[in-house]
Amino acid sequence: MSQYRKGLWRSALAAAAVAGFVTSAAAQMELKIMAPAAPGGGWDQTARSMQQALTQSGIAKSAQVTNVPGAGGSIGIAQLVNNSKGDGNQLMVMGYVMVGALLTNKSPITLEQTTPIARLTTEYEAIVVPANSPIKNAKELAEAIKADPAKVTWAGGSAGGVDHIAAALFAKAAGADPTKINYIPFSGGGEALAAILGGKVTAGISGYGEFESQVKAGKLRLIGLTSATKTPNVDVPSIKEQGVDLEIANWRAVVAPPGISADQKKALTDAMDKLAQSKEWQEILKTKGWENAYVSGDAFAKILAEEQARTKDVLTAVGLVKS
Amino acid sequence: MEAFTSLASGLAVAIQPMNMLFALIGVLLGTAVGVLPGIGPALTVALLLPITFKLDPAGSIIMFAGIYYGGMYGGSTTAILINTPGESASMATALEGNLMAKSGRGGPALATSAIGSFVAGTIATLGLTLLSPYLVDIAVSFGPEDYFALMVVAFVTVSATFGDSPVRGLTSLFIGLTLGLVGIDILSGQSRLSFGIPELYDNIEVTTLAVGLFAVGEALYVASRRHVHEEKLEAVRGSLWMTKDDWKRSWKPWLRGTAFGFPIGALPAGGAEIPTFLSYSTEKRLTKHPEEFGRGAIEGVAGPEAANNAAAAGTLVPLLTLGLPTSATAAMLLAGFQQYGLNPGPLLFAERPDLVWGLIASLFIANGMLLVLNLPLVGLWVRLLAIPQPWLYAGILVFATMGTIAANPSPVELVMLGVFGVLGFLMRRFDFPIAPVVVGLILGPIAESQLRRALSISLGDPMVLLQSPISATLLVIALFALVAPFVLKGMGRFKAVED
Repeated sequence: MSQYRKGLWRSALAAAAVAGFVTSAAAQMELKIMAPAAPGGGWDQTARSMQQALTQSGIAKSAQVTNVPGAGGSIGIAQLVNNSKGDGNQLMVMGYVMVGALLTNKSPITLEQTTPIARLTTEYEAIVVPANSPIKNAKELAEAIKADPAKVTWAGGSAGGVDHIAAALFAKAAGADPTKINYIPFSGGGEALAAILGGKVTAGISGYGEFESQVKAGKLRLIGLTSATKTPNVDVPSIKEQGVDLEIANWRAVVAPPGISADQKKALTDAMDKLAQSKEWQEILKTKGWENAYVSGDAFAKILAEEQARTKDVLTAVGLVKS
Repeated sequence: MEAFTSLASGLAVAIQPMNMLFALIGVLLGTAVGVLPGIGPALTVALLLPITFKLDPAGSIIMFAGIYYGGMYGGSTTAILINTPGESASMATALEGNLMAKSGRGGPALATSAIGSFVAGTIATLGLTLLSPYLVDIAVSFGPEDYFALMVVAFVTVSATFGDSPVRGLTSLFIGLTLGLVGIDILSGQSRLSFGIPELYDNIEVTTLAVGLFAVGEALYVASRRHVHEEKLEAVRGSLWMTKDDWKRSWKPWLRGTAFGFPIGALPAGGAEIPTFLSYSTEKRLTKHPEEFGRGAIEGVAGPEAANNAAAAGTLVPLLTLGLPTSATAAMLLAGFQQYGLNPGPLLFAERPDLVWGLIASLFIANGMLLVLNLPLVGLWVRLLAIPQPWLYAGILVFATMGTIAANPSPVELVMLGVFGVLGFLMRRFDFPIAPVVVGLILGPIAESQLRRALSISLGDPMVLLQSPISATLLVIALFALVAPFVLKGMGRFKAVED
């Protein structure tokens, strides 16, 4: 055996040892995942699905889910920043809704105080109209809004949430004044859906999942999704493709507490990288109908910063945040 | 009679031994969690979801439905025995039920609630089977203005039952309405009366208020009176079972309660609270024994309990036919369906008839199981009242605190429970009725947001309230309910003069 090959062997062994060490370190990981909402909602479901995939695939030895409900996540994030500083095993599920909620609630804690880890999933917003509505596509809806924004009533989720922001952005893209939109917030998705089905409002806006079965049954007409291009399982081109420049997604992500070391951050990021690739996670995405939108590290931190700036602009424009 | 054939095939699914077992586990779990205030069926289903992932869809959904019905039963047991409503829909039951229990009639109170729930649940499930397709069209045509009119009817009828003095009743109601303002306003997204405390942004939890006012307030009141005047608690007086007279006085309230509960429960924003209040005030008005109201009238238990359970079945109408979850538990059932890639909605009946009819059939079975389980336990439950008073009330305090903490682990919630407890004590001490506070907290925010939604849609035109036929009809009913007592009184006086 030549000196060269010996060296190669040695480095291969070392690499194997390092790899072995890393996997065993990861397998030792005892993660705590906080869902800053009550059991049952989207964040809670994400946390519990992560728990399931992380433990079944052996990426983590255990994963404990805790719920800290309240104020669109404002209470959860306060607890993460104040009580878990430097804890390298703690994660918190969050999403686009929290960006808006922290702004409207004037939360003293901001997302800059957390350590961004990774974005996991996304869901596009869908705009629908009742099946008997004269409006057929995004262009016609845009024209109606441009003619008189107050006459187009929107039904969607809570004020300042992603639905509201998307409606305001649609009006802006249509060339209307976003402060004039007539947006009517409903508490659950169900109540809004009833108002749309009953023809009480002009249009409805929410995650596509809320409308899918009604669209398929022909009770609602899908105007389009807020994705960049047409999504495979939908017959209608995206709103952007129809000429109304609107792109927005309701994403979900995980962040870690402030003050964790670079090594701890890397370990968490690695665990999420492996989670995203695991077949258990892929399986969950499929059954839940979540779109994979995995981005980790600095790229995610950049997205987070951009979304915060854009959301602040929109919320200020519709008057929910005083600048 | 297509529905009956479908139901029969559903029964075949539901009576498979494994599915019967799931239904049994469901009702047992549901009863257990319903007993603890704060931990409702929604939370239980949420926590069970990941565990049942591996089970077969029919079995686990049947189990969830069992939890739902079981939770309703459990909630009324604690409401009657220890004045601690497990969920807001059991509040009306606590009013007369606890008074009955205190005067030794806990047995009949529990029995009429169990049998009433069974009767109402069965009729409502039958309604679900036969009427779903028609009801759902009506339900969807209910707009914000119609909901507002329904709230007006509820306010008018309920306010008539606010104890002896209308001024005291209205005072209580306005305390409740004020508490209802706390938190983030749903329409504008701005926070009101929350003083920068993030825990208050999500509005005041109804169970925290109800448990604080009812259970904690009562414990404090009993403690304060202990040396002055010892209230005698009779565990059992007379028969443990319903007498012939009890049956006679119960069956009509059961049916009327069902008539309120099922349709209102089927409305997307109906809920179970409004029909229970409506049923309570109706029974109070129709009873042949008005003197017993306020001292423990069986009608006041039978009606609201039936309404509560019928509403629970009603919420399944929009869930199964439209995929609309209209209560927290229905939302969890929806998540349960979606876990298996099933989307409730117009297509579910066509795509998976076995599942839908299996679920409906298992509701019948769960109802029967609950009756069989609960009736023999009545004797055991009422023994609870034989516990010496200091122990009993200490136990209630522990129980109330535990439930509140489990549902919402936050110190602010505990402080609120304490504050509401003191408020309840003071109100009782100075003779203000407690129920209107909770009524105000529940109905106030709904009425407000529906009215504002209606006006938002009509671009500020108030005539929308009269243009909708449903709304106009309901407002006329409200007006009639408001004026009729005065008119009748006036005619009574007229008659007296004639004599």
